[in-house]
Amino acid sequence: MRYAMAIDTKKCVGCSDCVVACQTENNVPHGYCRDWVVEVMDGTYPSLELEIRSERCNHCDNSPCVRCCPTGASHYEMGGIVTVTHNECIGCGACIESCPYDARYSHPDGYVDKCTFCLHRVEKGEKPACVSVCPTNCMYFGDLDDPGSDVSVALKNRKHKTLAPEAGTNPHIFYLI
Amino acid sequence: MKEEIFVSGRNIPNVDPFLHIWHWQIPLYLFLGGLAAGIMFFASLYTILGKEKEMPTTIKWATFLVPVALVLGLFALFLDLKHQWYFWRLYLTIRLESPMSWGAWVLMLITPLSMMWVSSYIKELFPKWDWKFEILNKFEKLIIEYRKPLAWVLLILSVILGIYTGILLSAFNARPLWNTAILGPLFLVSGLSTGAAAIMWMSKSHFERSFMSKVDLILIGIELFFIIHLFMGFMASTAVQINAAELFLGGQFTVSFWVFVVILGLVFPAILEILELRGYKIPVAIPALLILFGGLMFRFIMVEAGQITRYLY
Repeated sequence: MRYAMAIDTKKCVGCSDCVVACQTENNVPHGYCRDWVVEVMDGTYPSLELEIRSERCNHCDNSPCVRCCPTGASHYEMGGIVTVTHNECIGCGACIESCPYDARYSHPDGYVDKCTFCLHRVEKGEKPACVSVCPTNCMYFGDLDDPGSDVSVALKNRKHKTLAPEAGTNPHIFYLI
Repeated sequence: MKEEIFVSGRNIPNVDPFLHIWHWQIPLYLFLGGLAAGIMFFASLYTILGKEKEMPTTIKWATFLVPVALVLGLFALFLDLKHQWYFWRLYLTIRLESPMSWGAWVLMLITPLSMMWVSSYIKELFPKWDWKFEILNKFEKLIIEYRKPLAWVLLILSVILGIYTGILLSAFNARPLWNTAILGPLFLVSGLSTGAAAIMWMSKSHFERSFMSKVDLILIGIELFFIIHLFMGFMASTAVQINAAELFLGGQFTVSFWVFVVILGLVFPAILEILELRGYKIPVAIPALLILFGGLMFRFIMVEAGQITRYLY
């Protein structure tokens, strides 16, 4: 079972509902966010290209953050979801240094925190908060190993890309382009 | 032109606009760890080679600095942790893929062993020293009897201590400035060079001082070679590495790196050491202090610049 997300960049409008929903669902401290929206403008006027992406931790297969954690606090949960056990984390910051996507932050309580694909909701069969709340329904969450899941179908039918594939991390967030 | 901006207003402390998670505590520890590794390496090497008579400072007196440097360095690391009271979690597991885990264990081993080394020489410094407990006297005799095996263990541990900090930084592939295999050897040679400089400064014997300054000259030469190859490697690498190298070749760290680390910290002390070996009288404090300063600045600059380099945005 390998959880992944597919986000349709042609439908995302940059409303940032996913950001606020995540902060509300996960009690993210004020001033921090586990996901964010990036707008890319490419080209020279008048031939411009716009891409809007909602980014978060990619829950990579070959994640450098799990590899470099000295205590094992960063680990894989079910479906390859990368989480941090709070009382095993010493706050050394190695995982923050090792993430090419700048997905992690140092929580004011001391441990390191990041997107958890809303594991507490996924365990109950629900979707992550950001996916549930998206007003354009441009986010798909599911199991890559299940050919019938939303994500597998979206990836089969559309061209897609990942961020910084050259970093070698095998990310699980796919952007439909 | 490509412009990428955060439209959701992300401004996470210490992550935006540039990563700045590690502050002064980390480069300070890197310096103290390298210094301790350098001194301990030479002490154990020359014990194994049987040079106790000719090089008393190397083997005995300079090693008094090692436990002090290690304890101060460990304290700096402890201060850097943000979840400090869980630090003992480091010692419940060994994670072979994490250089930070190796470092935690090497430090756990080398700190008491270096204290044992120093304690076996205390009676030479303070002849009236009394351990007060018979078991400590027996322990001291044991250390003195098994000094050569202890020296071999400390030799290996000090090499690991000196090199693992560079390997730790190079394992972070997300920071292109650090992600190069040459960083491990570069940190090791820099640590050995700062250790040799400290020994040279503390020594009272002319033979020992000139011997260590010759060793130091070789180490400085190797370090300059590694630095040149570090940048040649970056310029021959991917776009992110070229961008990282440009911080030092025209960017914001150009002056501080080439002036403080290379010229003041390596080239100028090497020239002074060569002049001293040729017969000119140069107070040994000057090249020694410059080398120590260069080593400290090198680590400060690498840690700060490395966090600025990135793959995205």
